[in-house]
Amino acid sequence: MIHYKPVFKIYPLKREKNRRMGFINFHKNTFKHGIHPPEHKDETNGLPIRQFPFAPVIILPMAQHIGSPSEMVVREGQEVVRGQLLAKATGYVSVPLHAPVSGTIRKIANVPTISGKMSRGIYLEAFPSSSQEVMEGRPIDVETATPEEILQGIQNAGIVGLGGAAFPTHVKLKVPDGKHCEILMLNGIECEPYLTTDHRVMLEQADDIYMGIRYLLKVTGAKRCIIGIEANKKDAAEHLQKNIPNGLPVEVKVVPVKYPQGSEKMLITSVLGREVPSGGLPIDVGVVAVNVATTAEIGRLLPHGRGIQERVITITGPGVKKKGNYLIPIGTPLRYVLEQAGAAENISEVYMGGPMMGTAVSNLDISIVKGTSGIVVFTENEIKKHPKIFPCIKCGACVDACPLSLIPSKLGIMAKFEAYDEMAAKYNLMDCFECGSCSYVCPSHIPLVQYFRLSKSIVRKRKAAGDKN
Amino acid sequence: MLNKTLNISTSPHITKGISTEAIMRNVVWALLPVAIFSVYTFGLSALLVLATTTAAAVLTEHFLCKKSKKESTISDWSAVITGLLLGLTLPPSFPLWMAFIGGVIAIALGKFVFGGLGYNVFNPALVGRAVLQAAFPVAITTWYPSFLPERFSSVSAATFTFPFMEPATDGFTGATPLSAFKFEHITAQTSDLALGLISGSTGETCALLIILGGIYLIARNMMNWRIPVSILLTVFALSGILYLIDNQVYPSPIFMLFSGGLMLGAVFMATDMVGSPITPKGVWVYGALIGLLVVVIRIWGGLPEGVMYAILLANAISPHIDNAIRPRVYGTAKIKS
Repeated sequence: MIHYKPVFKIYPLKREKNRRMGFINFHKNTFKHGIHPPEHKDETNGLPIRQFPFAPVIILPMAQHIGSPSEMVVREGQEVVRGQLLAKATGYVSVPLHAPVSGTIRKIANVPTISGKMSRGIYLEAFPSSSQEVMEGRPIDVETATPEEILQGIQNAGIVGLGGAAFPTHVKLKVPDGKHCEILMLNGIECEPYLTTDHRVMLEQADDIYMGIRYLLKVTGAKRCIIGIEANKKDAAEHLQKNIPNGLPVEVKVVPVKYPQGSEKMLITSVLGREVPSGGLPIDVGVVAVNVATTAEIGRLLPHGRGIQERVITITGPGVKKKGNYLIPIGTPLRYVLEQAGAAENISEVYMGGPMMGTAVSNLDISIVKGTSGIVVFTENEIKKHPKIFPCIKCGACVDACPLSLIPSKLGIMAKFEAYDEMAAKYNLMDCFECGSCSYVCPSHIPLVQYFRLSKSIVRKRKAAGDKN
Repeated sequence: MLNKTLNISTSPHITKGISTEAIMRNVVWALLPVAIFSVYTFGLSALLVLATTTAAAVLTEHFLCKKSKKESTISDWSAVITGLLLGLTLPPSFPLWMAFIGGVIAIALGKFVFGGLGYNVFNPALVGRAVLQAAFPVAITTWYPSFLPERFSSVSAATFTFPFMEPATDGFTGATPLSAFKFEHITAQTSDLALGLISGSTGETCALLIILGGIYLIARNMMNWRIPVSILLTVFALSGILYLIDNQVYPSPIFMLFSGGLMLGAVFMATDMVGSPITPKGVWVYGALIGLLVVVIRIWGGLPEGVMYAILLANAISPHIDNAIRPRVYGTAKIKS
């Protein structure tokens, strides 16, 4: 299944900047460690993207992204057109929100979100028989616009990282002064089990992706673009390879399947053999990494000056009857989604995102947000009685799984003794990006990654408190 | 519809499906052929020793858990492993009351005082054996010959010794190949060693079955293959060098590998996950250290056998190996210390 050749490279003795050292270096097109959870992708990866019905009422929280929440510019009772601005960005690390359907603002109130907190939000009631035509905005032409105009356009379109992080894309694309972006890295890895949204987007929206790449190359100043794709999506890789427009410096690179390759750092190591420094960003090794679906969205929206109204979501899992990849309006309530997709009688857990890093939902009244890449439904058959937690037997499985070469077992023991500061200072706790590989392999079922989430937040709080004093 | 209360849990929501209890159970499966073969070689006496140590270990674990008002942990199979391993390191004719004491000490002193499974510093079975070696030096070096014709109908005279009584001797005691070499300079046939057709401790005989058990565990990813490999390689290399220097004084490396408790120790005792280092590099150091100590004790020490002390010493050092040898963290130049 995996077709790749290990590349035998001899690097020059002179130290090349930002490259892993070594006179002879076996760069194996992959990163160290990692895991191979069952993929379950063939249940949905052959199903084309279909439009999901519009819900009668959609719910739009203002805090859909990382950064400060958007600020409402509409009032109760107002009628809005699909694509109209509902809320504007508040500051640089923030994005606006557009109406996903034409309809009436029924209520402005606190709405539930996935974190359990309430957020200011809008209840928007769709017009029952509207054509749902999208409002056009001020187009941004890729040939004539300046990089600043494109960045502004990306922010105005309300685009955030669609891979799940929901970080405002324009912030990520801004190359800091004194840094240079050499390569634009497109992330088509999608290493989460069950999810196939990026796969379908690559198969069906190649033109949008290439249009997006034009914008991104101009913004970042990168000279070339590499699309990283895992070997379980060879059809997508071949499709993209075939459709590269003339003159566009794009390279498609297939890497072996391994979790968590979809993390930027792992992707960069797999494709380029470079390591992003601890505490640093991809730009420190001359790379800006963007998700393929985000790129497709940029390529689709910017030529029309539109805002983001919908996104592709994989609805899957043993608890769903009509599995598939759907184009769903943002704000569609989860309850409506599950009713339409047909949930099984004995559903037990619902995850937003994949089963490795996704969040379990406690309340079906929350809605689809920009960062939702999948909905996975498990029934009681998959959720076994909570397994007994044994003491750590120091088997080392977590050490062999951690993509960052941390020592999760030691960190877990230290977390129990609340030695948070030492964990951060000596054992690189803050580098952990919570991929969950350690918890996945632990035979004693120790919730390691949950310990680290808590420890990290405590360290951050202490640091913030220390900075104030 | 959809009014069900949903469960929530923290990610990851899927696991690999291996449990600690399953690992321990599989170690017992891997040990069983060795135990059965030793019963076949030594007869009823060996069976009684193995049963006594296992029962003592399990009972002690259960009793201590109840005493400290905790849930009994015997269902995790680790006490069974300790009991079986201890039994396999004892001579088949070992008096049962001594074996029982060994099992109690292995669990109580080797594991429970440290806090139970996962917290012990030393391999519990070897702690039990070390105490027995100190307390009953004669009984533990009184070897019983293998393949006696009447081994399934009668037991050794020493087996049913009353507590605190001098064990009776049968009049025929077989020397182990290692002591024969050490004190009389007789080398045993390699094929006999590998197939276990020799005298020795209950489980120290058939190297082939031990290796098969190890391969089973390694194939199921329940054992760190680096530990037995590094120990055996080190012993082979060091004794090979010595043998090349003077093959009259020093035993051949093959003899070193297959004699005594080296195989059992390397495959089943040094690999005790709790007592061994956690990082791959640390494990190589740990294995090499055990190999070195085995050769040094066997060749220059006062005892014919040194595997037990070698492993116990390396167990003591292993937390320090973990502290000293750490993998380079992604994106960092050096290890912080």
